[in-house]
Amino acid sequence: MADDTPVAGLSGVHLDYPGRAPLGPLGLTIGPREIVAVVGASGAGKSTALRLLAGLEKPAAGSVVRPSGPVGFVFQSSTLMPWADARTNVALPLELSGVPSSEARRRADDSLAAVGLGDRTTARPRQLSGGMAMRVSLARALSVAPDLLLLDEPFAALDSITRRGLIEDLHKLWAARPVAMVFVTHDVEEAAYLAGRVVVLSAADGRTVADIPMTGALPRSEGWRRNPAYREAVETVADALARSMEPTS
Amino acid sequence: MRRLLDLLPALVLTAILMAVWEIACRLLHVPVYFLPPPSDVAHALIDNAPVLAGSALQTFWMAFKALIVAALIGGGLAIAVSLNRPAERAVAPLAITLQVTPVVAIAPLVLIWFGLDHADRAVTALAAAIAFFPIFSGVLTGLKSADPDLERLFDLHAASPLQRLWRLRLPSALPFALEGLRVAAGQSVVGAVVAEFVSGSGAVQGLAWRLLEAGNRLRTAELLAALVCLAILGLALNGATRLIEHRLLRDRV
Repeated sequence: MADDTPVAGLSGVHLDYPGRAPLGPLGLTIGPREIVAVVGASGAGKSTALRLLAGLEKPAAGSVVRPSGPVGFVFQSSTLMPWADARTNVALPLELSGVPSSEARRRADDSLAAVGLGDRTTARPRQLSGGMAMRVSLARALSVAPDLLLLDEPFAALDSITRRGLIEDLHKLWAARPVAMVFVTHDVEEAAYLAGRVVVLSAADGRTVADIPMTGALPRSEGWRRNPAYREAVETVADALARSMEPTS
Repeated sequence: MRRLLDLLPALVLTAILMAVWEIACRLLHVPVYFLPPPSDVAHALIDNAPVLAGSALQTFWMAFKALIVAALIGGGLAIAVSLNRPAERAVAPLAITLQVTPVVAIAPLVLIWFGLDHADRAVTALAAAIAFFPIFSGVLTGLKSADPDLERLFDLHAASPLQRLWRLRLPSALPFALEGLRVAAGQSVVGAVVAEFVSGSGAVQGLAWRLLEAGNRLRTAELLAALVCLAILGLALNGATRLIEHRLLRDRV
């Protein structure tokens, strides 16, 4: 882990969907222990980039570098199985990967404890609030000890207080085990606060139009939100995002 | 207690309709072969209770067997077909053909196949044919209703087709399958009665035979009593499937 070989990346990736404008070339490099936020207009290929990195989608052209180890994925909604309790939901990726059930459930409990839900292992999704369900979803993605964690606008449906709490927790989890992360969001402040680097995708074809390093060490503390350097970074990202939506010629 | 209160408006309406019916029959001197008052129907129900109960049991038993057969074949076929896209394209038009064919129309054929001396089997087969489609289409729709993101999660962790079926698609299909079962339960009674009408030999003495018999003799009160039994049978089956639904799905949303 000491070297800086990228964990994952896209280079020169093109995609062609019937009935949609083609995307590409997409380019993205994720270093070890790095938190990268991806912002862009809807349709700019943010979710597509995540699915490519996860191997859930195949490019028409170009190359995709994927981590050798497991990948964790957090979707826009918590996508828990409503018929199963939190522990079973979190143990699912482990069991699918062939980990024996008892071992998987033990690790699921650890993972739930890590997101602060050690006392809700037998709760059904309907008994959980939106924020708690998203924590279970996060625990599920982390249960496999991923080399790369992909998050697709995971907190978009939550209220801002819950969202901030989850971002703090994400930082704490990262500090305890610094996994490389790609976080897709449409929220500029969230991107600038969470990530060490913000990548802005063009609304027209998804190519990277800005790649902005964020100042200030990770994980952040709450006070960072009032820091002028942070406000400056937010404005820089917002400007880049506005430019990304201008038509290119 | 709350469930009883929920039923109250329906009970009150029934009582009002009964009262209007009773009074109208008496005031207008309606001939009893045309429309007997509810009190006559009640008498017929009590007087013929043993015969009606036996017939109801027979109709219920045939409908129940048909439902089991339809659930096994319909559910099994839906699962098999869901695993293979070409198979689905091959089977779906045939299943729809079966659904749109009036069961009465194939009844004489089924009677020939099962033999006139096994009319009960023919009735069960026809009722199963009618109950098949709601279960087949319910299970098939349900198997495809899994959350697309959950499907992606199963892709991400390279789940086997069996893991996907067992851990994702079957649980996702359960509410749809139970809905199909509830519709099929009603249909199986319809199928049993219609098939018994068509076989019409008295070899099967279910409620349909009681209807025919009473009708032929213009014993209208007995006819209505048999109809009441059929309604109770339908309600009981519907209630039983709702209970199963409630039990199996209460942990979900």
